[in-house]
Amino acid sequence: MAGKLVELTDANFDEEVGASDLPLVVDFWAEWCGPCRMVAPVLEQIAQENEGKVRMAKLNVDDAPGVAQRFDIMSIPTLLVFQDGVAKKRIVGAKGKGQLLEDLAEFL
Amino acid sequence: MTETTVRDVVIIGSGPAGLTAAIYTARANLRPLVFEGAPSSTGDQPGGQLMLTTEVENYPGFVDGIQGPELMTAMRAQAARFGAEFVTEKINKVDLSSSPGRVWVGDTEYQGRAVVVATGARAKMLGLDAERRLLGHGVSTCATCDGFFFKGQEIAVVGGGDSALEEANFLTKFADKVYVIHRRDALRASKIMQERSFKNDKIEFLWDSVPVELHGESRLAGATLENVKTGERSELGVTGLFVAIGHHPNTSLFMGQLAMDDASYLLTHHGTHLNVEGVFAAGDVQDRTYRQAVTAAGSGCMAAIDAERWLESQPHASAISETPTQW
Repeated sequence: MAGKLVELTDANFDEEVGASDLPLVVDFWAEWCGPCRMVAPVLEQIAQENEGKVRMAKLNVDDAPGVAQRFDIMSIPTLLVFQDGVAKKRIVGAKGKGQLLEDLAEFL
Repeated sequence: MTETTVRDVVIIGSGPAGLTAAIYTARANLRPLVFEGAPSSTGDQPGGQLMLTTEVENYPGFVDGIQGPELMTAMRAQAARFGAEFVTEKINKVDLSSSPGRVWVGDTEYQGRAVVVATGARAKMLGLDAERRLLGHGVSTCATCDGFFFKGQEIAVVGGGDSALEEANFLTKFADKVYVIHRRDALRASKIMQERSFKNDKIEFLWDSVPVELHGESRLAGATLENVKTGERSELGVTGLFVAIGHHPNTSLFMGQLAMDDASYLLTHHGTHLNVEGVFAAGDVQDRTYRQAVTAAGSGCMAAIDAERWLESQPHASAISETPTQW
């Protein structure tokens, strides 16, 4: 499914990030975070509309605390954009589609 | 040019006030269009400030309390069930000088014969230099979002109201120590929250104090506090700082169009009427006193009824002749 977000865990994170030939946007989130719930549907939309340009993934910080710690996540939602396996951009806080498209413009 | 549709009721905002107004006007067959806002982490997102809370213990009807986001999801679904429609965008311009009222999302215009303003309030910031830079890097306005990342650390909450103490108590689930920095020597918070906080071993109060400087480049490393009575300065080595110093009404959209008091809250008269005919206000945007989920919901209901009666009194009433008389 084009719009479906890939689920990342401590176990598959490096593999998925390393294997992605497109920019990969990782959404750090958790069930208990209200603003996080609003971001995933927006990302799915952006993924659908930009198929072939960018991939979206989500990472539950409860299930994958290791990765969250490694990237110094201190606030969710946080989006990290990986290109060629390297974190290139960090977007902190929930945002609407317009603002996110602007923030992600360089990768789209 | 696409034609602009005129709706009977446009509601700006989707907290308890906006959604209650939506439930009532939808049940009155007024097909409200709700501009619910765009995702954000500061309190002006869809669902409003309750999206940033955990347990709500004082909303009537929930014996064991209910999670804030869950309550708002239910209210939205209830409004949708009766035909309310939602636009998940922020309005960036309004023109209420003529009837119907006009609102814009980007370049797209919408019109409403009656307009309910329920844009709520958002968390105030401290106004310190490093605050913006460190937001999300130790400085936070959302304890429920970010508390998790401060396990075993020493952190601080700034403020002395209910929100501040609720956050402080919540944060003790994760942090080893939570300082409450308050600029007075007494709290505004409710008795029950005060007692709960005084009993909590992990909470320590720093009275008569305000943060005047934040330290750290890529993440918060500490804060300088000033005692407002003695002027004495001290260092507090906290890795997290949660700001809960009150709220500011979201009224900048309406500057110069709607009457406001000296703190920018909308001024209502005769219930929820504003200085412009056909425009009504509900919830925190017009309430500097109570600011509760239940009072917001109550005033949302009032705005819906006021809007319906006002529409009925207008000469060019459209589809509202079938309005049910029973609420």
